[in-house]
Amino acid sequence: MKHTLTPQRYLILLTVILTASFGDTLLSHGMKQVGPVSGHNLGLLLIALKNPWVIAGILLLIGFFASYLTALSWADLTFVLPSTSFSYVIVALLSRFWLHEEISIYRWLGILLIVGGVGFVARGPSLTEHTIPVSEAL
Amino acid sequence: MTTVGPVETWATIITVAATAIAGDVFTAGAMRRIGDLDEIRAHSGLLGAIKAVTGSGMFLLGVLSMALSFFTLLFTLSNVDVSLAAPASASLTFIGNAAAAKIFLHENVDRRRWMAAALVCAGVALLTR
Repeated sequence: MKHTLTPQRYLILLTVILTASFGDTLLSHGMKQVGPVSGHNLGLLLIALKNPWVIAGILLLIGFFASYLTALSWADLTFVLPSTSFSYVIVALLSRFWLHEEISIYRWLGILLIVGGVGFVARGPSLTEHTIPVSEAL
Repeated sequence: MTTVGPVETWATIITVAATAIAGDVFTAGAMRRIGDLDEIRAHSGLLGAIKAVTGSGMFLLGVLSMALSFFTLLFTLSNVDVSLAAPASASLTFIGNAAAAKIFLHENVDRRRWMAAALVCAGVALLTR
């Protein structure tokens, strides 16, 4: 049986992509406001939890986790991870246009490769057929 | 904005990747044992699905590893550009996860999936330049 995804399941994968990329970028923006954390001032990590950008980032990452777990319940890890790697393309775009980091020609090439990788895995089955239940194999 | 040397930069990035791989494999293994969350939610509601997930010891181990990875990532992001830290740790996590999924989860990591992992890994490596 070839495992293909319903539109609702593609929507879950899209949610994984968007919450991961926006969550990471908001966290990064917040941590830059908090300042560098070193081994001597780890307490700053707790102070970071009061920063609104960090809080918003964490909330988005909770949404990411819920949708990621849902995806893992009906698809292989080696299917979900490459399919949702498009989030790194969005992180690159957000860091260029919002955080004003530089994007070189190499980064644009990297974006093209990721899109290629996503296309590759998305054309295959989403779940491995096991002859014995995974719960026994683990 | 990177404020630390290359050794500390890569040590924190590798720690983020190693704990992320452990977290991914434990949670994926737990979710495979628990079964399709859409079906569980249809039968037992959202609370039933949450109970099924949070009652799994393997899931809790995964969350612990992910929490470690998260705090290491926070630590890394405060010292290293997000456009280096996020793709570099992800790149390492991709290849590690493909191997770990084959060994521990017995997933069929065929040529297509290795190619996808390699393309994404090369892509995120290029993002760091």
